[in-house]
Amino acid sequence: MAEPGKIDPMHQFEVQPIFDGFTLFGQQINFTNSALWMFVVLGLLYVFMMGGMKRELVPGRWQIMVEGVVGFVDNIIATSIGPNGKKYTPWVFTLFMFILFSNLLGMMPFGIIPGIHPFTVTSQFTVTGLLAAISFSIVLIVGFWKHKFHFFSLFIPHGTPLPMIPLIFMVELLSFLVRPFSLALRLFVAMIAGHILIKVFANFVIQALDAGGASLLVALLSIVFIAFVSALELLVCAIQAYVFALLTSLYINDAENLH
Amino acid sequence: MPQISQLLEVYGSQFFWLLIVIGIIYFGIAKNMVPKISKTVDDRQKRITDDLAAAQGAQDKAEQIEADYRTSINDARADAISKVNEAKAKAALKNEAALKRADTAIAKKAEEADAALKAAKTAALKEIEAVAAEAAQAIVTTVSGAKVSATDAKKAVKAAF
Repeated sequence: MAEPGKIDPMHQFEVQPIFDGFTLFGQQINFTNSALWMFVVLGLLYVFMMGGMKRELVPGRWQIMVEGVVGFVDNIIATSIGPNGKKYTPWVFTLFMFILFSNLLGMMPFGIIPGIHPFTVTSQFTVTGLLAAISFSIVLIVGFWKHKFHFFSLFIPHGTPLPMIPLIFMVELLSFLVRPFSLALRLFVAMIAGHILIKVFANFVIQALDAGGASLLVALLSIVFIAFVSALELLVCAIQAYVFALLTSLYINDAENLH
Repeated sequence: MPQISQLLEVYGSQFFWLLIVIGIIYFGIAKNMVPKISKTVDDRQKRITDDLAAAQGAQDKAEQIEADYRTSINDARADAISKVNEAKAKAALKNEAALKRADTAIAKKAEEADAALKAAKTAALKEIEAVAAEAAQAIVTTVSGAKVSATDAKKAVKAAF
């Protein structure tokens, strides 16, 4: 918890209960600020998608946007998995849109409204971890369902010399098992780093303003820096959502179309 | 880092609410709305393709019609030219025949006229001979008093002619 008068850049990532829930498998399920922002993401996503449901022959701007996003995800699937990938479109779409909306919502300056504390859902390892776990489970289930034990040939690249096979197999298996963690950590770290950076520089601004005098220059520089980092973060928001969706579809491609 | 320090107390609620939200997005939006949007796009694409094909077909048809029109006009023109030529030839033939007929008629008439002229000339000559013989006979009688027979007079006139 932040002490009064001090800014704790990590405070924004704290999950706080809004009202108490119930106990499930020994775990207290509270309705938290995290859950609230998940539902805000869901609501925004729903509103956004409803704008594309007019299904007009000549689309308006909104419909073009929605169709563009849908086409974008379809395109990721088509290029990474191919025609067999159609059945994975809902999941990749869910990932992409949920992550994109969470990231962007976390960057919105809602904090200027008193009483509202924006919360970036994707800055929680529990969230990115679960998303990555689901993606990885799909890869495992599809891989073993479709190819049975032949799926292990994924870990032996073509043309590996026979004596090298055990070593290569171990290396490839390790890199395969690391995938869900890298998937989850990449998004989590990218989100948390930008938010901390902005908060730290915001801290500089406040302290410089308190000090007054020549340090006002520091405040000004910090504000400029915050603007740049915010712009960069907006880019990172979109890129991370894209990377998560793309890597998921590439991993699913390994399982779907075993080489 | 609250993500780590809080991990054990919040993971249950995080997973719970995330699964609910993700589930709603997956089944409500991604499985239900997205295919409809994709279908709208596909339908539009199909419609555009169809319209383009129809336009291409209509253009081909128009070109075909124009080509037909051109050939028919050319045919008609050729037909008209041949008909005109035929008519010209026919008219020329007719003219020639009429000219020939007229020529022959004129020639016949001229011949007849010639013959009539000749007959009239001979008749006139005969008459003149007779008149001249009579006149000669009368002149001789009056001048010399000799009687000249008509036959002699005629002979003399003939010799004089």
